[in-house]
Amino acid sequence: MNQLTSEPVLTQPLEMPRSRKIRLDPRYVPPLFITCILLVGHLFYGILESYDKTTLAIVAAIVTEMVLGRIFFGKWINLASAYITGISVGILLRSPALWPFALCSVISIMSKYVLRVKARGRDGVFTGRHIWNPSNFGICVLLFLASDTVASLSIQWGNFKWPLLVIWILGSIIIWRARRFHISAVYVVSFFLFAFIRSWITADPWQAEIAPITGPMYQLFVFFMITDPKTTVRSRTGQCVVAFCVALVEMFMRLNQVIYAPLYALFIVGPTAMLIDLWLESRRATAANATT
Amino acid sequence: MKTARILLTLVFIALLATPLAIKRLSAGHEIARGTLDTKAAVARYGFYLEEVARSSGVNFIHQAPTLDRQLDHIMPQVASMGAAVSIVDFDRDGWADIYVTNSGEGSKNSLYRNMGDGSFSDVAAKLGVADLNQAGTGVSMGAVWGDYDNDGYEDLFLYKWGRPELFHNDAGRAFTRVTDKAGLPSWVNANTAVWFDFDSDGLLDLFLGGYYAEDVDLWHLKTTRMMPESFEYAKNGGRKYLFHNLRNGLFEEVSQKVGIDTRRWALAATAADLRGTGHPDLFIANDYGISELYVNDGKRFRDFGRQAGVGFSPKSGMNAAVGDILNQGQYAIYVSNISEEGVLIQGNNLWVPKQGTAGDSLQYDNLARAMDVELGGWSFGAQFGDLNNDGNLDLYLVNGYVSANRNTNYWYDFSKIAGGNSTIISDAAHWPAMEGRSLSGYQQKRAWLNDGTGKFINVAQAVGATDTYDGRAVALVDLWNRGVLDVVVANQRAPLLIYKNTVTPDNQWIDFELEGTASNRSAIGAEVRLFRNGQQQVQQVSGGSGFCAQNQRQLHFGLGKQPRLEKAEIRWPSGKVETIKTLVAGQRYKIKESQ
Repeated sequence: MNQLTSEPVLTQPLEMPRSRKIRLDPRYVPPLFITCILLVGHLFYGILESYDKTTLAIVAAIVTEMVLGRIFFGKWINLASAYITGISVGILLRSPALWPFALCSVISIMSKYVLRVKARGRDGVFTGRHIWNPSNFGICVLLFLASDTVASLSIQWGNFKWPLLVIWILGSIIIWRARRFHISAVYVVSFFLFAFIRSWITADPWQAEIAPITGPMYQLFVFFMITDPKTTVRSRTGQCVVAFCVALVEMFMRLNQVIYAPLYALFIVGPTAMLIDLWLESRRATAANATT
Repeated sequence: MKTARILLTLVFIALLATPLAIKRLSAGHEIARGTLDTKAAVARYGFYLEEVARSSGVNFIHQAPTLDRQLDHIMPQVASMGAAVSIVDFDRDGWADIYVTNSGEGSKNSLYRNMGDGSFSDVAAKLGVADLNQAGTGVSMGAVWGDYDNDGYEDLFLYKWGRPELFHNDAGRAFTRVTDKAGLPSWVNANTAVWFDFDSDGLLDLFLGGYYAEDVDLWHLKTTRMMPESFEYAKNGGRKYLFHNLRNGLFEEVSQKVGIDTRRWALAATAADLRGTGHPDLFIANDYGISELYVNDGKRFRDFGRQAGVGFSPKSGMNAAVGDILNQGQYAIYVSNISEEGVLIQGNNLWVPKQGTAGDSLQYDNLARAMDVELGGWSFGAQFGDLNNDGNLDLYLVNGYVSANRNTNYWYDFSKIAGGNSTIISDAAHWPAMEGRSLSGYQQKRAWLNDGTGKFINVAQAVGATDTYDGRAVALVDLWNRGVLDVVVANQRAPLLIYKNTVTPDNQWIDFELEGTASNRSAIGAEVRLFRNGQQQVQQVSGGSGFCAQNQRQLHFGLGKQPRLEKAEIRWPSGKVETIKTLVAGQRYKIKESQ
């Protein structure tokens, strides 16, 4: 394999420590969780505009991953990541048209293969890494370029508190087991902090400022986007700083009335943090090589 | 591998450019703006519109209500409805008159009598149907006309955020308030009502749809928790009423008894025989949720929305109009919703029956996108009608929610609260202040011409429909008996507009004015199926359609050039079917149901 084109392995499924009791491959826990959210949301509240759109998004993501994986890495790669991307697109994107769902999924997956940076690891070997969370990239691109046709999910799924609570608790447990809870926690705490600051600045009711985080878009954002292992920095402290920065940038965007502030904030902060992290990593590797 | 990577990058760039290419392509379906060139408009589209309200003596300007002070911060969006228009020939002089509602406390409704010479005279005060927005009684939201006692004169039902009112038409000379005798409820926050004879007993019944819950007095709020509990799944709206006509001016409320039990936020309703069973079904477009289709088995209704495919995807339904847009003898249903670029793209729905489905197998497809009638901004009222007499039903749509400060908008705050949990969104106190900002304001209207092949093209700007008021209700009517459909638009906090239509004389027409005998005398629910040139088009007399509107009762068919008229089949609500085989274009046929 070419050194510059290492396999983009799984982008979103979180690495879960193995448990004696649960034999399920840990990589499949997040996809199962997101599928449960989707099914519960749809069966109880009919959240999907149609089965066609979500199916199309998932199929497009999976097919793209299969084809590109085969071409560039010469093997069939695990499809859990593509599945999460597809299902995220199917849930988060809202459009009366079908084509945005397919296009968004294809762009999301393709971004992993095209938008890569050369990074030198501690072992001195160069590898290619993608720096955007795929579905975050795809959705932002569609929101930028096809605003007349698409929007992002920004409403509640139903009106009951219990499903909301169950999703947050289950999601937290899964994230905890994946050792990524700190990222979500820092982001959520920061969001609330900044919500109150925004309320103080704008004189809008604080309930209005915290309203967005009670919606399902944030559930996906908090559990699946900002915790993506392949597009977050490596150190635990760094991850917390990045989560805080996402919330901070989001606050400034919200003060400027940017509707999709969290998605755009991650779109900007995520790759920036990754580039800094890769640069620091490269410097450390160079220094280590020099000493040996 | 390097070549593959370069190719991949090129494909990636092409995909990124795809939305822009699609946008450019779809822009081709919109007609460019510009000043009205009447000759060019007639030559290209077969008609043009000229706004003549003021020159016709109509100087009506709608006033919005001022509700409880606890709603001050969001008043423009709460007090955002009430401009309504309904067409009636109340004095049976052969000229269509216009009734418009006002909504400011103490403001007056107007009944514009058509003088037949191109002018109108407001006779509402003289006849006793003007001063209906007095403090403590609520304010008008809309009106529908129907001859509930079959005396030959259309009676007036006024629905309000407040006390609904029924007025008996005393032979076109005065109106008598008969609300109390009729047994109507004391307070309903209603935004839709429809006259129809659901049990085919020859007497008009009345559907009334609540928006806010009926225990909410918007001028004296006990609590600010009166907003919808969800942007798309709200079920805390007003109840629905079905008043069964018992004769002698008495009505019995039977909604639950006959199977209509819903608290969704109804904004529009219409009744039509959608399944071809001979019984009028009831379609309700709900704000903050799914639409509902109640099919009528003659005595009872069944919720059929999911089964038919129309009650699945929740949106912000604000209009319900039916029309045979494909000349195939079945009704499509148009439901307007919200689309705001970059924020919320619900898309309007055009529910077209799947081919070969009828009765209990009836299924609809949403073809709004395929037919190019999907995006209409923050859409409100819409009506089907043949604007250029080419034989295909066109679609006129008005839109715009709150036109205030042009440079700032409320969308960010709106989207913020719309995503909140029910405990947040349902409390008006939690909503950020509007502070003079617009919310989908100053929008351009749509006059979608049906080309007969399944495509509509927006020609509003090119034919003279250039206003950007906050449009609410639209009604189509031949105001001057010229064989064309004029357009009357009621705007919120803005003037009533009358667009006089001029149609190319090449395109011909035929009208039917029906009068029931065994059926209700208004003939509401009667259908005319006109066969011409090997095609058929069905239209029905409606007791209310669109948003807070009612079209003229007579049925207007455009015929195109050199039509070959075959026959007209009239199906009365009583079940009788009559056929007229000798038809001449350019005539209005007055037909009384045979005994």
